[in-house]
Parts: sequence; C-alpha cells; structure tokens
Amino acid sequence: METTAGSKKALKFAYYPGCSLHATAVDYNESTLAVAEALGIDLVEVPDWSCCGSTPAHCTDELLAAALPAKNMIAAGTVADEMLVCCSACFSRLKFAQKHIEEKENIRTKLSKIMPVEQAQSIKVRHLLDVLVQDIGVEKIAELKQQDLGLKVACYYGCLLTRPPKVTELDDAEDPCFMDDLLTAAGMETVPWPYKTECCGASFSLTRTEIVLRLVADILQMAKEAEVDCISVACPLCHANLDMRQSDIKKKLGLKYDIPIFYFTQLLGMAFGLEQGKLGIGRSLVDCKELLAAKGIK
Amino acid sequence: MSADAKTRKKPPADAHQHAPNDSGITASDRRPTPRVGVFVCHCGINIAKTVDVKRVSEEIAKEPGVVIAEDYQYMCSVPGQQMIVDAVSQHNLNRIIVAACSPKMHEPTFRRAVGKAGLNPYLCEISNIREHCSWVHEDREQATEKAIDITRTILEKIRGDDSLDTTSTPVTKRALVIGGGIAGIQAALDIAGSGYEVILVERESSIGGHMAQLGETFPTLDCASCIFTPKIVEVAQNENIKLLAYSEVESVSGFVGQFEVKIRRKARSVDETVCTGCGICTEKCPTRVADEFNRGLVVHNPDKPRKPFGKRGAIYIPFAQAQPKVATIDRENCRYYQAGKCKVCEKVCGPKAIRFDQKDEIVTEKVGAIVIATGYETLPRGVYGEYGYGKYENVIDGLQLERMLSAAGPTAGDIRRPSDGKVPKEVVWIQCVGSRDESKGIPYCSKICCMYTAKQTRLYKHRVHDGQAYVFYMDIRAGGKRYEEFVKHAQVDEGTVYLRGRVSKIYERGDKLIVMGMDTLSGSQIEIPADMVVLATAIVPQHGTEEFARKLRVGIGENGFIAEAHVKLKPVETSTAGIFIAGAIQAPKDIPDTVAQAGCAASKVLNLFSNDTLTSEPIVASVDEELCSGCGLCIGACAYDARKMDEKKHIVVVEDVLCQGCGACRAACPSSACELKNFRTEQFINMVDAIT
Amino acid sequence: MKHVIKREQLRPDIIQTIEELSGQDIKSCYQCGKCSAGCPIAADMDVPPNQVIRQLQLGFVDEALRLKTIWLCASCETCTTRCPREVDLAAVMDALRNIAIQKGIRSPERAVTLFNKIFLSTVKRYGRVFEMELIGMFNTGTLNFFKDMTKAPKLFFKGRLKLFPNFTGRKMANTVFKDVKRIKSSGPEENSEPSKGI
Repeated sequence: METTAGSKKALKFAYYPGCSLHATAVDYNESTLAVAEALGIDLVEVPDWSCCGSTPAHCTDELLAAALPAKNMIAAGTVADEMLVCCSACFSRLKFAQKHIEEKENIRTKLSKIMPVEQAQSIKVRHLLDVLVQDIGVEKIAELKQQDLGLKVACYYGCLLTRPPKVTELDDAEDPCFMDDLLTAAGMETVPWPYKTECCGASFSLTRTEIVLRLVADILQMAKEAEVDCISVACPLCHANLDMRQSDIKKKLGLKYDIPIFYFTQLLGMAFGLEQGKLGIGRSLVDCKELLAAKGIK
Repeated sequence: MSADAKTRKKPPADAHQHAPNDSGITASDRRPTPRVGVFVCHCGINIAKTVDVKRVSEEIAKEPGVVIAEDYQYMCSVPGQQMIVDAVSQHNLNRIIVAACSPKMHEPTFRRAVGKAGLNPYLCEISNIREHCSWVHEDREQATEKAIDITRTILEKIRGDDSLDTTSTPVTKRALVIGGGIAGIQAALDIAGSGYEVILVERESSIGGHMAQLGETFPTLDCASCIFTPKIVEVAQNENIKLLAYSEVESVSGFVGQFEVKIRRKARSVDETVCTGCGICTEKCPTRVADEFNRGLVVHNPDKPRKPFGKRGAIYIPFAQAQPKVATIDRENCRYYQAGKCKVCEKVCGPKAIRFDQKDEIVTEKVGAIVIATGYETLPRGVYGEYGYGKYENVIDGLQLERMLSAAGPTAGDIRRPSDGKVPKEVVWIQCVGSRDESKGIPYCSKICCMYTAKQTRLYKHRVHDGQAYVFYMDIRAGGKRYEEFVKHAQVDEGTVYLRGRVSKIYERGDKLIVMGMDTLSGSQIEIPADMVVLATAIVPQHGTEEFARKLRVGIGENGFIAEAHVKLKPVETSTAGIFIAGAIQAPKDIPDTVAQAGCAASKVLNLFSNDTLTSEPIVASVDEELCSGCGLCIGACAYDARKMDEKKHIVVVEDVLCQGCGACRAACPSSACELKNFRTEQFINMVDAIT
Repeated sequence: MKHVIKREQLRPDIIQTIEELSGQDIKSCYQCGKCSAGCPIAADMDVPPNQVIRQLQLGFVDEALRLKTIWLCASCETCTTRCPREVDLAAVMDALRNIAIQKGIRSPERAVTLFNKIFLSTVKRYGRVFEMELIGMFNTGTLNFFKDMTKAPKLFFKGRLKLFPNFTGRKMANTVFKDVKRIKSSGPEENSEPSKGI
C-alpha cells in the first residue's frame, strides 16, 4: 500500500495537526492519518508543536500572531521541506504569518531577534486538500475507490481555506471546486450550491453563540435546499459549528435539519473501503449511522 | 568647473577612434567657429521660482563661444522670439540655445524664429530646465547648478550641430478608416463628403458596430436603428467610400502621406457581388448557434422550447439593416465544413452566390492618412465570480439587455429573462462592474454606464409597467447635456430605486437571484430576490488592440487603449504622424462624444490633405559604408522598415523618408557604423564630458 | 447630530499608526460598501464595516476603537477578498483591536475579549488549547456556568473531550510568549539574544 503514490515522488510532510485535531476533531485526525497511509503519504508530526495562536492571537498582538506560527514552522523544517495542515484556521494563520514576515519589516526585524525567521519562510505550507488534488491527483483517488457511497454531498469550504486568495494561493475564492473534484473522483455526487464559502462564525461559537446559530442555520438551509445527504468539511471549526450547533438550532430557532457532517477525509476513507472505526465515523453529534445504513455503506 | 571641463575635454581614445571616419569629419571642417546666443526663460515663476535664471545666463556667458546670454520672462512670447531674431543680426550669431521648457513644447516655435532670422532651424537647440529641473526640484541652489549644467551640455551638443535640410514628399489623398462602428462611419462620411476617397475596413461581416446592437439611446430615447440606419446606408451609397467588410488590416508600412496597407479579405464563402441578401439560406440552414451579434444571449421560448430566441444559422446576416447585406458562412459551425455534408444553402440560393472554396485574399491600398476607430468591448465573462457572471443564465450584461430592448432583437423588444422566457418583475442593475475596480485590473470609470443604466431602467418600466427596477451605484456621473435631467426622470418619474453601494455577491436560490447589497447612505444591508440582474460591465479596448497597435506603430496607454499624442491638446492624434483615432478605442465614450471626435479626426485628415507635399524631419540615421559589416542587426531593430540591405555592397542603407530618427539602429550596431544626424556619438561624449 | 467633524481632527497622527500596523492605506477606501454588503456579521454590528473606515478617514479614531464592530468582525476575509480598492479591511480590524488592547480601552464585547484572553492564557500555560479549562473559565467569567454544559458528556463519550491537558507544546509556547514580551518591552534598537528553545 505504501508505494501507491510512490511513482511520482516520495511524499513526506511535517504534519501539523493543530489543537483541534488532538481534541474535539480527533475524527479528522484519525481519518487524515488513515487516508494518508492509504495514499502512501508519509506524515511526521512536527516535534513538540504548539498552538498557532488562532484568532485570539491576531486580535490581540500582531507580533505574537506571527511568532507562534513561525516557531512551529521552524520546528517543522527540522523534519521535512513541506508542512501539511488540515485545519483551515491553522493553515490561514501559518500562511498569514509568512506573508507578514515577508511584507512587514517591523515584524521581520523583531522576530529575527528571537528566532531564525528565514527558516520559517523557507518551508512550504500546504493544506491537505491541495496536496490530494495537486500531488496525488484525482486519477489516483478514482483508482483507489473501492465502494460507491451513493452520497449526494455539499462541499463546504468555509471562509479561511480559500480567502484571501493572495494569502492562501488556492482555488478560485468565489467558487472553489477542488473538494468537489476529489469527492467526485471518489464516486460521490457533489452539488453546486451558493454557500460553499460563507462564514460559519467559527470563533464566536462560545462568545456570540446566537450569531453562529444564525449563520449555521443559513448554511444548513442552503444545503437542505440543494437536497444533499450530508455536508463535507475541511476544517475542524466548521465541523464543530455545523455539527454541534444543530441541536441548539433546533432548540432555539425551531429548525430541524439533522444533516450529517463529515470530514472529506472520512468520505474518502469510506470510498477507499477503510474501516469506519479507523476514520472516526460516529464521533459526531449528528447521527450518521442511519444515513450510512440506508446507503448500505460499510 | 568650466576650466575642469576643458581640461577633460579630450575624450578617451577608444570612444573617438571611429570619429574620423564619421560623416562628420568633413562637416566639422565646414562648421564655422560657433557664435552662440543663449536665452534663458523665466516661464513666469515656473522656472524662475526654483532656478536663478540670472545666474544661469551669467555663468553660461563665461563659456567659450557664447557671444551673448540673456534672460526673459516668456521666451515663447512674440517679444521673446523677436529678441532672438534681433540678437542674431546684431551679434552675428550662428547658433541659438533656448533654456526653457521641454523641446516637445516649443522647439518648433524657436526653430521657426531662428529660421526667420536667416539661420538654419536645426542650429537651434533647447535646454530643458523646466520639466527636467525646476519642476522636479525644490532646492534653489542645487536646481540652479543643475540648470547651468544642462545648458552646458547643450552648448557642447550645439558646437557639433550641422545645418540640415528638410525634404518634401507627396501626399496620397486617400484615407483608410479602420472600424465600421459609429466612429468609423462618421469619420468616413466626413472625409468622403469633402471629395476624398476612403477605404473603410470592418472586421465583422457588416458595418454597424455596437451602435447597431442598441435599442434606444440616451438622452433622447430615440431608437438607435432609426438614427443610425441612414448613416449605414449612406456609407453603402457613397461613391467615395470603398467598403471592405469582413476584412482585417494585415500590415501597414510607409509614413504620413504615403502609407501602404495590406488588407486581408476573409473568405465569406459567399460571392458578395452575387448575393442579394434575401436571407433564404439563413432560414433554411439546419444549424442553430448562439449569435455574437446578440452577444450570445439566448432566451428560452416558452411556446417553442426547442426554438429559443436569439440563435442564428451557420450562414447568417447579422441584422436586417446590415451593410453589405450579404450572407457569411461561419465555417466553425457549418455542417459542410465540419462534417463534409449538407450544402443546403447552396441548394436554396437563387442567385447561386455560395462559394465553398473561396479563399482569403490580400489586397494592397495606398493611403495618405489613417483613422483608427476600432472601438471597445466589455469585460469578459468569468471575471466576476462573486456575481456569477457567465454562470447564472439570468445574470446578463448591459449590451445583452440592449439586444432585448431592440425592436429588431431576438425578443422583438420584449423583456424576457433567459432561463424561462418569463417577464422579470424585479430587476436589479449593478453599475461599475469592473470599472473603478482595481482588484479586477480596471482603475478607470467607463463613463457611459450611469447613463445607459438609467436609460435601461426607464425603458424597462415602459415595457413592464408593474415591474420594479433597482440600481446599485457608487456615484452617478451624469455630466453631459440633458444627462442629469434624464437620470432624474428615472428616479422620480419612473420610480427606479437607487441604492448607493456595491453588491458583494449574487447567488441563485430557487428561480430567484439573491442580490446581497448595501446602501451606504443609510448604513443598511439589503437583499433583493431578483428575477434578473443586469451588469453594467466595464468598457475595455477591443481585443487584439496591443498587437494591432504594434502593426500600426502607435502607442498604447496604461489601460490598453490607444494613446493620444496629448490628452488635452492632441486628442485625436497618435504618436505616429498621419494616424488618428476616433471613438472608444481612445477611451470609453458615448455616442455624442464619439461622433464629435470622429468629425475632429476627419478634419485632421482633411487638414493633411490640403497639402500637396509634406516636409520630412531631417534628423535621420546614416550608415558609414566603411564601418558597416552588413550584419543586419539594425534592420531588425528598426521599427519603421527604414533600413534595407544593399545586397551588392553587402551593407545597410537608410531610406531617409521612413527613418524617424529614433536611434534604435545606433544602439543595435556592434561596429558603430550608424550615426544619427546632430546626435552623433562624438557630440554625446562631449556633452557628458562637459559636466563630469 | 451624533458627530460634528472638526477640521483639526482630520488625519490625526494615530491614523498613521493604524496604517502602519495594518499595512493599509485608509485613504484608498472610496466607501463603496462592498465589504458591508457581504459581511456575514454586519446585522449584529453597531456600525457596518465600511463606516469603521469612514470614521478613521474623518478622524473619529477614539470612537472607532470603542465600536462593537471591531470585536464582532470574524476575520472571515470576505471583505478583503472582494474589495475593489484592495484594502485589507480584516487587517485594519486587527490593527484596531491591537491598539484598543494596548490603550486599555474597555471592549463593548466583553465576552469576545474575555475569551481571547483566556484562550491565550491556556495556550501559554499548556502550549495547546485545553477545551475543558477554556470553557470552564469562560463560563465562570461570563457568569453563565452551564452554557454548553450538556454537550460535555456527549463529547466525552464520543472521545472528543479530554479531561487533562497535554503539555507537549508547552516549552515552545512558553518561549514564544516570553520572547515576544521581551522584544516588545525592549526598544527596536536593542539587540537581544534568542532564548534557548526549539
């Protein structure tokens, strides 16, 4: 199995899970590792990594917001040339840090006093989705497909994965399609829908929950109107809001959706015929067993 | 410093090693001892505020060869010029330097004055101490030093200047007009009306351009066809106009008064002289494709779902009033050309005009002047992802709506939305789509959108009485005769709701388009569920303008439009003499402005044709026959085709009338065989030495 | 009338600080409102995002620093992505938040600022986010003890909530917090040696 993608080049990455994947998004971590193994991607965890600082850091202090990612990127450089990130928020913060070090002399000079910033700049930060599309390729994904899930999926990219395009350097920020391409290659039907990149309110989940409920309800409503079976996400914060807040939306807004939320890695893993237990299936709060049973997915 | 300059006067040996062979050797023997007069201009305060002009004249007066140095308030004024004329005779001067503004401004003025004084005009030089000095510096002391230095260099140059003679060339009194929209048609009619022959070249199968696509026009709401068709017919009937439609300019050589133009007459697959334009072939053609004349607009036909509005056959006549009114086969969509079978058109054609084997033809025309009127197009689809432009059927652009509004358009003037052919009851217009949007690479205002949007909302209301029009705008720019009043009509009498703000996103929900907008004046977000959205997309130069401009050797401005020679004072001239511009290829403009500018371009052409001969600039390049190795590098470097290889002597020769004196050959020549008259290497070295 | 513009207030010095901190030219904004039109949170803000820029353009800096809007911006980057004048509004919001904290201006969105503070303190303490403590401290701080508490057992049984923090990243985070504090307190000219760290 480990030679599946070996023909192109040995794919080795410094893996930065970020706080969520070691906690509330443990299912994203499990499915990422399983899929990576199936595709022959070698993941070496960044030694003793710390939090990237997330939104609280850049809201508070621009220096801290650049320093935390920079330190992690330097650590990543000790194990590989490219760094793999699954969390869109971490991805955004790492890319922003590189941009700010590059463009803002003040940050560059100050940080260079406390760390070798050029090392943070030399590593290439990649999102898992991008690696699967660019380095593995949809043909390979199609080859590995073991079972037809028969699912109709709304791919939800969220805001930070593609925005702003000058920082993320990924797909079309207004109508990204690369997650759709992957899932289509793995045998799923994806739908064009207008809320692919609308914000879920991520960081306000605890602090301004009512805003998040409104935003998430809108997203779920659009997915419902697109008549999908489930939503696929690529970010633990999106997952937390879309999955965990469905019960609150039912209670507070009286809207019942019950749309299962999957990480795209979980869907790929199932299509590859990997064991559901290894993909963290069933850890989400919205029940997905019923859907999977109805579709005969094992 | 002048003493220093003199001690260092001897240039390095290698730099001068070819100088004896230069054509200047004999000339320099002929050159009389210089008696130079220097005149320093105050230019009001433009120069005198920053540069101590008195000191400049005092310092320069100390230089050897300078007989007199004076300063004056305005050298370009009549008394200023007279000062020069008088000084020449009083002091027996043979060289004149005017230290003033850029030679682009007043070199001709002063050379004329010097000529009047009996000297060769080319013995007058300009020392630019305004644009190159006073306007760009603040420190008076340093600016004064610099002004003295600049003038010293010019003094060194003028020592080496020779008298030059102009030559005269005859003028071919025929004009070429490129582009058959309203601009080209107006220019062609105006030139032809004065009795000169005009060749009108149009890329599409018929003349008419964008104006032929329009419904009704602001600010009078008269129908475009009604006012435009007579002009189209006039072109066809005017004996002085030779119309070459479905043709493109291949190449242009020559120069003002004597251009030679090669034109590709593309194969229509129809004999223009035989086709009567009856249109039977277009009806019977089994193929139906989206029509570029309708800008690809295809509207669902609820009565005949399989026959949507807006398509055309593979053989087509773009519109009823087309000129020449002959059919054209679009080979890419024709069954015969693609699959080898069909020929229905040939069978139904009464006069037997179909020519499947017709080939492109190249014709050559000689003209004395050229008018470029190639016009505009609008922002390409796909650029505005956030508005779903090119993705959602019911998001259309302004020109597509014009086709709907046109009585001769695909819906015969009815407003129906493309997806289902229903009459849209809530329509949103968005202005500045691309225009004034640096993130999309278009910093400028497209000028016509405020007006045509107001017009379209009014026409919409005239056709859909119970409909509601909304306009998202940033500013309403209605600066034109009767324009503001026109917009007020839309707002007050027709009830168009104007919302001040840009739209962030449009998405489809059910059969509605949700427009996420903002009214910044009240600070409120607004979402409008619309049936159709019309985008006032940015005006951009006609595609291929860059390559086309290179062919004609005219300049391109920063936004890709063809550059005028001077924004204010030479709005229809280009950087190349004898080539003029009219209409939207210069910058976005509406019909009234376009017609006015076309008339202006025509008058410039007529002005040129009022001369039987033209004098040509004598500052041209020369080739030193002994040094030229015949490598031919300069031929490639010359943008004006002025250099040819003399195969017998195996050296390069210059055609003086074509040479523009740009000096590219000089830079390209590895053996220093090229020299430019009065801009010789030796002169430059002396100029540099004077200040180092 | 809420505000009167005084001539002296136009373009005060602090605008330059905001421009430097955000890397944006406030003057570039021509108030088209595209940012506000697409802002997912605008409905909950006290002024729409474009008006934050307008206040800065007119020198109402103190007012801008006290707006709810700057704390309700979710940094979703929609405005930045679509701005026709390429003003990075999200960066301006960051700069305003940074300055408001530096100046000790009381945030009108206390829950948001409290969360940020607690979040960073747990990161400083453990190196990585420790949700149990984060939620517990946040609920205590907002006197809303049982908020989202029904979710905890569910998450725990799904294996998504940890009862104890992970200390692996503590060394790195500690070093960064310490070093950043040091270079901020030392002047820009002083040279300081990097702490021993990763």
